[in-house]
Parts: sequence; C-alpha cells; structure tokens
Amino acid sequence: MAQVSLEGIRKVYPNGFRAVQTTSFTIQDGEFVVLVGPSGCGKSTLLRMIAGLEEITEGVLKIGDRVVNDVDPADRDIAMVFQNYALYPHMTVRKNIGYGLKNRGTPAAAIDAKVQDAARMLNLTEYLDRKPAQLSGGQRQRVAMGRAVVRDPALFLFDEPLSNLDAKLRNQMRIEIKALQRRLGTTAVYVTHDQVEAMTMADRIIVLNEGRIEQIGTPSEIYHNPASTFVASFMGAPPMNLIKAELDQQSVRINGCRDLIHAPQSFDGPVTLGIRPEDVEVDEQGLVSFHVDILEELGAHRLLHGRIANQPFSVMLGKDDAAQVGETKINLKPEALRLFDRETGLRL
Amino acid sequence: MVETTLVTPAETHRPNRIKWGAIGDHTILILGALLMMLPPLLALTTASHDAVTIHREGLQLTLGDDLGKNFRTAMFDKGGFTQTVDGMLMLMNSFILGIGFAVGKIVISMMAAYAIVYFRLRFATLAFWVIFTTLLLPLEVRILPSYEAIQKLGLTNTYTGLIVPLIASATGTFFFRQFFMSVPEELAEAARIDGAGPWTFFVDILIPLSKTMIAAIFIIMFVFGWNQYLWPTLITTDEGFFTLVRGIKQIVLSYTDSQIPEHGQALALAIVAMIPPVLVVVFFQNWFVKGLTESDK
Ligand SMILES: Nc1ncnc2c1ncn2[C@@H]1O[C@H](COP(=O)(O)OP(=O)(O)O)[C@@H](O)[C@H]1O
Ligand SMILES: [Mg+2]
Repeated sequence: MAQVSLEGIRKVYPNGFRAVQTTSFTIQDGEFVVLVGPSGCGKSTLLRMIAGLEEITEGVLKIGDRVVNDVDPADRDIAMVFQNYALYPHMTVRKNIGYGLKNRGTPAAAIDAKVQDAARMLNLTEYLDRKPAQLSGGQRQRVAMGRAVVRDPALFLFDEPLSNLDAKLRNQMRIEIKALQRRLGTTAVYVTHDQVEAMTMADRIIVLNEGRIEQIGTPSEIYHNPASTFVASFMGAPPMNLIKAELDQQSVRINGCRDLIHAPQSFDGPVTLGIRPEDVEVDEQGLVSFHVDILEELGAHRLLHGRIANQPFSVMLGKDDAAQVGETKINLKPEALRLFDRETGLRL
Repeated sequence: MVETTLVTPAETHRPNRIKWGAIGDHTILILGALLMMLPPLLALTTASHDAVTIHREGLQLTLGDDLGKNFRTAMFDKGGFTQTVDGMLMLMNSFILGIGFAVGKIVISMMAAYAIVYFRLRFATLAFWVIFTTLLLPLEVRILPSYEAIQKLGLTNTYTGLIVPLIASATGTFFFRQFFMSVPEELAEAARIDGAGPWTFFVDILIPLSKTMIAAIFIIMFVFGWNQYLWPTLITTDEGFFTLVRGIKQIVLSYTDSQIPEHGQALALAIVAMIPPVLVVVFFQNWFVKGLTESDK
C-alpha cells in the first residue's frame, strides 16, 4: 500500500513531442484514481512514467516515501494490466500468473499457493492449465488481473483494461475490478477514455486534455462543477449543453433576445452558458423557445435534441413526460446554470 | 477439389458434375511430379547395375542385381587415396556441416535480431541495413579473402573452418527481425514488470514464441548447408572431412587405377545424399508452413 506523488512531472518524447505538461498531484494510500481524457491526451504516457516504462523528462515521482525516478519497473513494487492483456501466449494460466513470483525467486510451493489464491479470487481455478488462446476475452482479462494481484504490489496500474471487451462484459468487469481493489485496499491508477468508467469506478477523477490536467475531483464534483467547457462536454452522457450567451449583470441574453433568466452570478460580457440536459424543464409557459428535431427513446428517460437560438441543445425528460417534435418552451433551472469564460473556456 | 461455391438446396440434388478445372490442375501437377521424380528414379535404377554395364550402355531404366552391393560398397568400403574414408564418415560429416550450419545461423541471427529490435541502440537501423546489404556479397564473391583468413588462422581442415565462416546470415536476421517486430511490445513490458531481465526474457518468452520460426529456418538452412560444395571443396583437403556431396565425385576419380569409374556406387551415394534433406522437409513441413505464414502470438 502506498501513496503516490508526482511533483512537477513533465514528458517530452525524443522526437520533441510534449506529451505531458508539468503536472503535480498526489494519490492517497488505497485510493482509486482514474485518468480520463480523449485519445492521445497523454494518459498512457503518464501511467507509463509511473510504471517506469517511460523515462521522466523532468520532475520527481515518489511511490511511498521513495523517489523512484531511476528505479527499474521490476523494483517499483507495481503491477500493470495492459489493454491487450499482454499474456505470455505459450504459458499456461498458472505459469502466466506465477511468472513474476518465479523471477523474484519465490519458492515453488509458495508460488503455487499464491497462484491458487489468486485464481480462486478471480474464478480461474478450472482454467489454470489452459493457454491464453483457449480462453474467452473476459477470462484473459481475469488472468491479467491475476498476474497483477498475485504479487500483492503497492500500486496497481491499469491502461484501458476493458477496452477490448464487449459492452456487457465491460460493465461486469468494471464492478469486479472495483470490488477487488476495495477488498485488497491497494492504491490504483486507472486509465480510460470512457467517461462512464471514470464516473463509476473512481474515488477521484483526473481529467486530461492535450497533456494538461483540466480538473481533479470526485465524480460528483466533476459532473456538477466542471472547471472548463472541455470537462463539461467530455464528462457525462449526454454532455452538458454549452450555448453562447451575453451576460449583463445577472441577466442572460441568448442571441440578442433577452430572456428572463437569472444567472447565479454577476458578470458583464460574452460567456458560455452550461446546463445539464436533466436540469431543463419543458413548460408551455417557459421563457426560452426550443425547437425539437429528434426525439430519442432511451427507456428510463427520453432525450430531445434540437436547437435554441440556432445552437444545438438537448433536454432529458423522464419516461412519463410528454414530448413531441416541434416548437416548444423550456425553463432552465437557474441554480443549475454554469458560466464559462467564452475565450478561455474556464469556469467563471 | 478446392472449389468452394455456395451450395443452394436445389443444387445439392443434382449429380456431381465433372470438374474439368480440377482435372486440368491435377494433370499438370502429376506431370510436374513425374518430371521431378525422373532423375532420382533413373539414379536408383542405374545404381542397381555393375560398373561395366553402366559404362557401356549409359543410364538404365530397369532394375539390375547390383543395388545392394553398390550401396554396401559405397557406404562401408574404405576408399579414397588414403583408403580410410567410407560413406558413413562422409554422411556424418554432412550432418555435422548441415546441423552446425543451421544451428549456427539461427543462434547468430536470433541474437542479432534481438539486439536490433529490443535495445534502443543508437545505430540499430543502420546496423540492420548493413547486415542486410551483405546479401549482395554471397560467399562466392568473397571466397578468396575468406579462404585467406581461414588459412591464416590455421583453420583449414577443421570443422570450425568449415562451418563458422558460413553462419553469418542476413536472411535469418531479417526473418527474426520481422518476427520480433510483430511481437506486441507490451509483452516485453509485462515481462519487465514481472522482473525478467533481458536474458530471461529472451530465453523464457522470445525463444518459445519463435519455435515455429526457428523450425522453418532450421529446415531451409539445413538443406542449404547440406548441399554446400564450393566452400568445403576449398577448405578441406583432408579426406577425413569430406562430405557426401564432395565424396560422390571423389569415388568416380579415386577408383580409376586401371578400372572403369564406379558410377553405380557414385549414384548410390548421390541417393543417400538426397535422403536426409528430403526427410527433414517431409517431417517438418507442417512446422515449416506454420513458421512462415502464421505466428503463434
Ligand atoms: N514514443 C513516442 N514518441 C513520440 N510521441 C509519442 C510516443 N508515444 C506517444 N506519443 C504521442 O504522445 C501523445 C500521447 O500519447 P498517449 O499517452 O499514448 O495517449 P493516450 O492518452 O491515448 O494514452 C500522442 O499524441 C502520441 O502520438
Ligand atoms: Mg493510451
């Protein structure tokens, strides 16, 4: 078990590409932290620096109390699960799981006991003598997990471990991984581009964009109080509505027409207005006109996609609320309005 | 035979039509096979006659009575100028050359490819292309300097001199490089985190993964080494190091005191020389095809 701290970590690849800008954060002992961001934003690079697979250009990395910048991956007391699992194809499940222990000189009897334990924990006991090619995707994923837990490391690192699974299995493994991490109490850093995984698994989320940290916070903080328009549009499905507006003190003007919305804070000038689709009510007496183009039936709720003042906008309704395509009126819950600087995209 | 057409229910009731295409294919294949089989067959039938008949009448199409005798003499009678070499010794020498050549090439080219692919060498790509261009310099081109070097080292008439100068292999290095590059990088990284050093990774992971590749290259190189003629002729003058391929000619020469050449024995030896490469290919052809087409990753 360990706390991980990054102090001013930066990564420039040998070809000059700046993959990670100077970043600092601390992961608490036993915490499950998810690094989330679009493809190519530097998540893997950051994780691989923690693993020791990628050199740290600048900054100090500590696992526990130890500075590990120059420590070999094998000696960092970490375990990593890769997206393609990276199982050794010619070894049985038993050998795959035990390989790390064998290389560390663990006696054969102890290896066997630990492999058995790990296999039981992951429901792999009956597959111990199979080769990876004879397993399903989900089972391979479990073997990769087994290889990580068997060594009882101080830190788990996951790089998009569920991306190769189908949607149903992914939901199931998501819960299993989270439960396993809870049970073992091992600190974990989990990389994903899937905001649902981030929201559901994380104790704390770190949102990355173009090598920079956009926001660090609990899933609830990230969802309700996004620090930028990037976070607002990246996290949550459907994403937060973002529309251009003018603010005059506390009164909001959208596309020239002054609507009687009261902003939660006072500002003068152009802003981007953010509001989650579920914080909007359809109301015949509403103050904002909304043109519905498409109605999406999702079972538990329905989504209306359309435009207000010619800007794309979505509204989420309960499954029992009436809705139809065409012109209607809506109300935006004032307390749910979030204001962002039009230029920088940062929260006002 | 290899027709995969979509069979609709209606069609299954029809009697099988004659597949003219398949018949044509097979005719060509059978003719080709016969053509290829003819010389070895002729060698076998001719080897069953005595030297006088062969000398007088040339190649024989029928089986004679001397097959056993010719084979026995060729394999077990001491011959040559020194009267010390028999076919068995030459067979052994051929095996030493074939296996030494193949194993040496595999070891050297695997290690070279490992260095090029897995270590961030500064000039890895350059090194690879330099190795690759040696394809333009086969042994025949550099045979004089090679001979000179081996002679100065005093390695003429040794197995070392026979094998070592031949084992550097651009082709082998190329094949292993391509194969290693197709092994997912994460495998090396996972092994690294699992505490495997460079040597452990090579032995525990890379060699087992390359099994079919190694088998395929072994077959090619064994046959290639077995059939070497020029280099052994240059480097070994001592008859104790003669291989079968060389020995065949020696039989014809050395028996000519006042007699007619022992063509029957020479042909018997030629057949013996053909058998091991054929067996290797026949028994390992599955591996061979697998190694060159699919990879077990
Ligand atoms: N070895 C490398 N050399 C140069 N650029 C790289 C290298 N590896 C990754 N990159 C670049 O760094 C950026 C971040 O990559 P990565 O961390 O893998 O992103 P992701 O968030 O998708 O995991 C990408 O733009 C990628 O092209
Ligand atoms: Mg990645």
